[in-house]
Formats: sequence, C-alpha cells, structure tokens
Amino acid sequence: MADMTASQQPKTAARKGDTTLGHIAYVLKDNPVTMLAFAMLAFFLGCAFFGPALVPYDPLATNGARALQPPNWDHWFGTDNLGRDVFSRVVVATRLDLTISVAAVALSFVIGSVLGSIAGYWGGWLDAVLNRCLDTIMAFPLFVLAMGVVAALGNTVENIIYATAIINIPFYARLVRAEVNIRRNAGFAQAAKLSGNSDLRVLAVHIFPNALPPMMVQVSLNLGWAILNAAGLSFIGLGVRPPTPEWGIMVAEGANFIVSGEWWLAVFPGLWLMLAVFTFNLLGDGLRDIVDPRKRT
Amino acid sequence: MLSVKDLSVAFKTRKGEVNAVRGVSFDVGKGETLGIVGESGSGKSVTSYALMRILDAGGEIRTGDVVYGGIDLRAASETNMRDIRGREISMIFQNPRAALNPIRRVGHQVEDVLIRHAQATLQTAKAKAIAALEAVKINDAAARYEAYPFELSGGMCQRIVIAIALACKPQLLIADEPTTGLDITTQKAVMDLVGDLTKERGMGMILITHDLGLASQYCDRIVVMKDGLIVEVGEPKTLFTDPQHAYTRKLVDATPRLGASIRNLLPPEARRPEPRHKVHNRPLLEVRDLVKTYPGKTGPIQAVKGISFDIKAGQSLGLVGESGSGKSTTSEMIVRLQDPTSGNILFDGQDIAATPSARFMRHAVRRDIQMVFQDATDSLNPRSTAASAIAEPLARIDRMRGAKLTARVSELADLVGLPQPLLSRFPHQLSGGQKARVGIARAIALEPRLLILDEPTAALDVSIQALVLNLLVDLRAKMGMSYLFVSHDLNVVRLLCDEVLVMKQGEIVDRGPTATVMDTPSHPYTRALIEAAPQPPRSIAA
Repeated sequence: MADMTASQQPKTAARKGDTTLGHIAYVLKDNPVTMLAFAMLAFFLGCAFFGPALVPYDPLATNGARALQPPNWDHWFGTDNLGRDVFSRVVVATRLDLTISVAAVALSFVIGSVLGSIAGYWGGWLDAVLNRCLDTIMAFPLFVLAMGVVAALGNTVENIIYATAIINIPFYARLVRAEVNIRRNAGFAQAAKLSGNSDLRVLAVHIFPNALPPMMVQVSLNLGWAILNAAGLSFIGLGVRPPTPEWGIMVAEGANFIVSGEWWLAVFPGLWLMLAVFTFNLLGDGLRDIVDPRKRT
Repeated sequence: MLSVKDLSVAFKTRKGEVNAVRGVSFDVGKGETLGIVGESGSGKSVTSYALMRILDAGGEIRTGDVVYGGIDLRAASETNMRDIRGREISMIFQNPRAALNPIRRVGHQVEDVLIRHAQATLQTAKAKAIAALEAVKINDAAARYEAYPFELSGGMCQRIVIAIALACKPQLLIADEPTTGLDITTQKAVMDLVGDLTKERGMGMILITHDLGLASQYCDRIVVMKDGLIVEVGEPKTLFTDPQHAYTRKLVDATPRLGASIRNLLPPEARRPEPRHKVHNRPLLEVRDLVKTYPGKTGPIQAVKGISFDIKAGQSLGLVGESGSGKSTTSEMIVRLQDPTSGNILFDGQDIAATPSARFMRHAVRRDIQMVFQDATDSLNPRSTAASAIAEPLARIDRMRGAKLTARVSELADLVGLPQPLLSRFPHQLSGGQKARVGIARAIALEPRLLILDEPTAALDVSIQALVLNLLVDLRAKMGMSYLFVSHDLNVVRLLCDEVLVMKQGEIVDRGPTATVMDTPSHPYTRALIEAAPQPPRSIAA
C-alpha cells in the first residue's frame, strides 16, 4: 500500500532526495531512532579521532598515590589499581576498538561479497564448493575458531582483525549469494547483457548493488559483534596486550576488583562497550534506507 | 440478493488518507452475473475486499451499507462474517498458486472448508471433497486429491480454488481477475466452467476484471469503475455500442477487437493516419532447424524442436503460442541470451549462433538485435534512473559520453513520448506505461534492425496498451525496423503483424499472412486459440 501511494504522488520525488546528501538528511529526519543512532555514531567517531588529544590524563601514566579512587570530579570514572584514569583509558580505547571492528567488517564484507556473488551468479559446482567451505567455517563455534586463529597466528591487532573477518565471511557470502541468485535472470540483468555488458559487469554494476540494502543491516549488526568479539578475545588474554587501553582488557582486569568493591573498573568500560554495540545495532535500518533508492520518494 | 449503497473505503498511509472507493452503489440479483471493470487503481478489487471485510491493514469502510440477504455485512461481528465467508459468499483470487497452501495436499484444503462450515464430518470429508473436485471437472479426482499445488498446472490450481470456493454451495461468488496469468484456452475453460456452475446452481457472481471483452462475454450487467467511482452501468451490448461516459468510450475503443485497426484503439481525437511500413523481399533473419534441449529430471526436454522461419527486412512477424510452447525460448535464442542446442540463426546471411551468447556482447550484430521485455518493472534496474537505463546501451556499445549522450537520451525520450522531467526518476517513481516507454527507448537506442517484443503490453492496462502499440507502429515506420512480436493475444498480433507463426509444444503448427491464418485457420490448434479469445460485441465506434 505504501508503494502504491508512493507512485501515486511522484511529484514530491522531484523536490526531495534528488541529491545523495538531501536523501541522507531526509532519512535522518524521517526516523528519530536513526537520528539518535547517527548522533551516537558521530560521538564515537569523535572519540576515536580526537579522544587521545582531548582526554585529561595520559592513559598509560601511573600514579601510585591515587590508586583505586572511586569516581570523583578529578577522575570521572575513578582510577585503577595503578592510579591510571579510567575515563581517559576508556575514551582512548575507542580508536583501537573501532579500528578493529571496522577493518574486520570491511574485510569480511569484501571477501564475502566476492565469494557470494560468484556462487550466486554462476552456480553449479563453484556454488557447491564455496557453500561447503562456508558450512565448514560455520560448523565451528565461531568464537572458539577466532581464538584458534589468534592463538595460531600470534597475538597482534592484525590477527584479531583477520580472525574476526574470517568468522563473519559466511554471513555476507550467504546473504549476497541469495540476493544475487534471485536476480541473475531478472529482466534488467538480461537487458544489461543486450546493452553490451559482459557477465562480470552485469554482476558487479547491475546485480550486486541491489543486494546492498540488506547488506547494510548485516554490516551494522556485525560491527557490534566485531567489537564484542575483539573485546572478548582481549578479555581472555588473546589479542591486545596490557597496558594498551582496550575495553575487553579493562573489563577483564576490573573484574578482579569487583569482589573487593571497586566496581567502577569494570562497569564503565563495560557500559561504554555496550553503548557502542547498541549504536551499531540501531544504525542498521538507517543505513539500509540510505542505500535504497526506493526510499527516495 | 446483495445490495451495496454509497460504499466508501479509505486507506491510512504515511502520506495521509487515500480514498480508494468513493461512494459506490450496485446490486446483484439472484443468479445474476455482474462485471466490475476498471483499470489498475480504479478500486474494483478494494470494493470486493470491503464486501468480504478482508481489507488490508489501514483500510476502513467509511460510509455506506452492504446488505446481503437481509444481513448487514458492515455491522456483522467477525464471528458471523467467518460463517458467511465460504458458505454464503465465496471468493476466487487472481493468483491460484498463491491462494493455495503450498505444503498441503489440495484435497485436504477442500476438506478444511467443508469441515469448517459443518458440511462434512471427518468421516465423510474425503468423499465430499472428491465430489467437489469432480464438480469442477477435474479428471481422476481421487488421484488429484493427493496432489500438492506445485504438481498441478495453473489452470488446474484455479479449478481447485474454484472447488474450494464452491464446496459449501455459496449463493454468491466473487471472482477477482480469476484468469489473469492463465493461457487463453485455459481462460476460456475456467470461465466456461464458472459460468456453467453458477448458472446450474442459480448463484450470483461478481466478476472483477480489467478485460472488457471478457466481461462482456460472461456478464449480464457491467459496472465500469474509475478512480473509486462508478462511471457507467449497463448491459454489455449497450455499453459497447453506445457508451455514455467518455471513460467507457475510451475503454471500449482501446479493447482490441475484430474489425478495428490499430489507430481505432486510440480516442478519436488522437487518431492520425497509420503510417505504412515497407517490407523488402530480402530476408533479414533466417532461422534454420533451431533446436533447444534442456536436461530434465526424466531425460532431456525438447523446448524447441527444429523450427525454421524467415523474417524479411522491415517485416513484422507474430509468434503466437501458449505458455510452454517454446516461443520465449525461441526469442531468447534469437536475441542471443541463450545458445541453441543445434541449428543456425542467420542474420543478414551471417550465422550468429556460432558465437556463444556469453561472448556475443562484442559481436558486431549485437547492436542490431535488441529486445523489449515482457515485464517493464522487472526489466529496469531499481537503482538506475530512467535516463541511465536508456543511456546504458549507448554508453557501452557506442561508447557515447557526456553532452552527446545526454542529448541522444532526451531525443529518444521524445521519440517514445516520455516527458523529459521523468528522466531523472527511478523506476518505482514511474507508472507502468512510463516504464514500458523507458524499456522501448532503451531497446531502440542503437537503432537496431530487428526488435524482439516479448509480450510488451501483457502487464499494461488496455488504454496504455493502445498507446504503446501505436507507438510501436509509428517507430516501425520511422526507423524501418523488423519486429518479432511474441504474444499469446491474437487480437493484438492481428493489429500489428504482417505474418504470423503459431507454436505449440516446440513446433510451428501454423504459419502464413496474418489475415489468412486468422480468418481461415487451417490447423485445429489455431482455431482453438482464435475461438478462446474473448470477442467483444462489435461497436459502432470504428
């Protein structure tokens, strides 16, 4: 019904959403939740870019005299057992955690799209082989697989990214395969062939972009998972090493102090982490609407 | 029996309220068949949903009275409505496959309605269901009882839906586009069946259709709807011979029929003399012993069984057949989207079947053979504007860029009658007719010598169909193109084509000049097709 009325009132289309920027503004205005999600994303991005320059204390500087202070006006989130400022550490860690999740998701997005497109478009034995490989990856408990990858390759940030990317590839490949498969014989794909496009071009320029809206939802959910995954790896001691500030390590270290009453060590990084994941989960619908031209009415 | 007075239905949408039906009144008597005819968006389906109280979410009956046999349907409780639906008033839907539950045996689906309305018990249900299937003339009903919908043809599925609708012997049947998407011979069989059954049982029927010809053949009285209003009511014959309202006249004019030329489909003020197209004696396309075999579950399936034909330069050839006749496979092989299993396709004497379809985009002949697809919506990339869709072949094959490309695109838009401001729109912002024009503009952009038209008007309203067909006639004269016009609608083929081929099960069963084949059909199958096509009464508006 919404589609019908949309086509009945095409005059509004000429006004709004003609430019990409105008369309983004329209999507944001249309849905307050999306607006909130993008505002929070902007906040986290701000922390990632400018955080290290803005924080009141050096995140690595210890100060024995002020160890384990509860939150106060000098130290908003309190201090840890070495006297480091928890607030500064939480803010500075944003850059590392976002880098890991964005890089991992970008990697799995690209690899998953390529594999899924090929499997969905050409089908046949290629499809069967790729699908079985992806099934194999999915058959592992994914977090355990990521642990194995990091343990085998070594404890570095790059390896956390690779591990997180590998466990996310099947989701993208599956999604793209399904979206490409239903469109490979669509009229517009055939028309593109008549216009002189090779199979590869039809796939890349005409079919694949139509898979973007559902992909965007997947991307935003995955960004959240990827942060959790990276934090989880650090939590169990794989991945980022202390004293580098990272949310997972901070929660892990802080957990030791909860029993003795110093709750702020684990709670604030945990809350920050939760907020970041929440932001990405909210982002999905908005991102999908932005890449979907059908919303431009 | 049923009386509708001043019915209004409104839908709440994000963009405010839409009045889909605005004060509609009509009656249906016992044993009467009423046709509701209108084009898409006229509110004809919404009216019927409102009667059954099965409107989509957001839809609401605003005003009006609906009285059936003394019961006020608008005030009836939902529980009462459930008893009425199926037992007193039944409905058959447009897409029979969607109306059946795909994972239940069809027999069980017939039983459901019988048991629901206490017409049968668990013990007697099977026998009664089989009897209901026999009533709709399903051969070997006991075996079909066990079938799943996917194992049955479209026509067979529609019979099952009719069996379900009639199982409890309702007094009124609402048929919403019951034969859209079915073959023409199946359409006739299904409509004859419904007509006979309702007559036999003295039932009333409301037939909702966009096809004025079909309605005139099966209805006692016709209501013409436009934009949620009834514009005219009358008997089929008077409606055709003496339409009162301008819109009815337009519909009557636009309905393809015997004795009308292609220009007669347009409103009188838009009729210009029909341009002549020149047919040369030299063959442009020669198809020789073309065969296409698909691997099937039970051995290879021959979709096309060695057919041969010619298209002369400038000629329009009609390719007629029902679904499964191999006509689409044939056209896809000629346009080089598929490779034939064997045989030759000579274009200007050159065998183009020798180049595999995957590499054909670099072939010199690519630009000379283009196609207009059946479903205009499906054939346009939802992410491309109309302008970029039309520009695609020019940019890829002619390597046209920049201002020259823009100029050519707007020239093409003028040629197909697409207003310039629409060029920046996405497909979902265009109407069906506009999308069809974009598809045609894209296909003629490279000035091909052969244009394959795969049922280009099948999804369009008749008034839009009339415009598109006339556009094709103008373009043919202007650009000297040859057409291969693939269709199941003989009335349309007659208007456009010089010669016609009739295909059945992968073979050409009849061929010749259109007038000869249509007026004196030699093959029984051709005769069956012609007889099955609904023929509206001759109108005086010629």
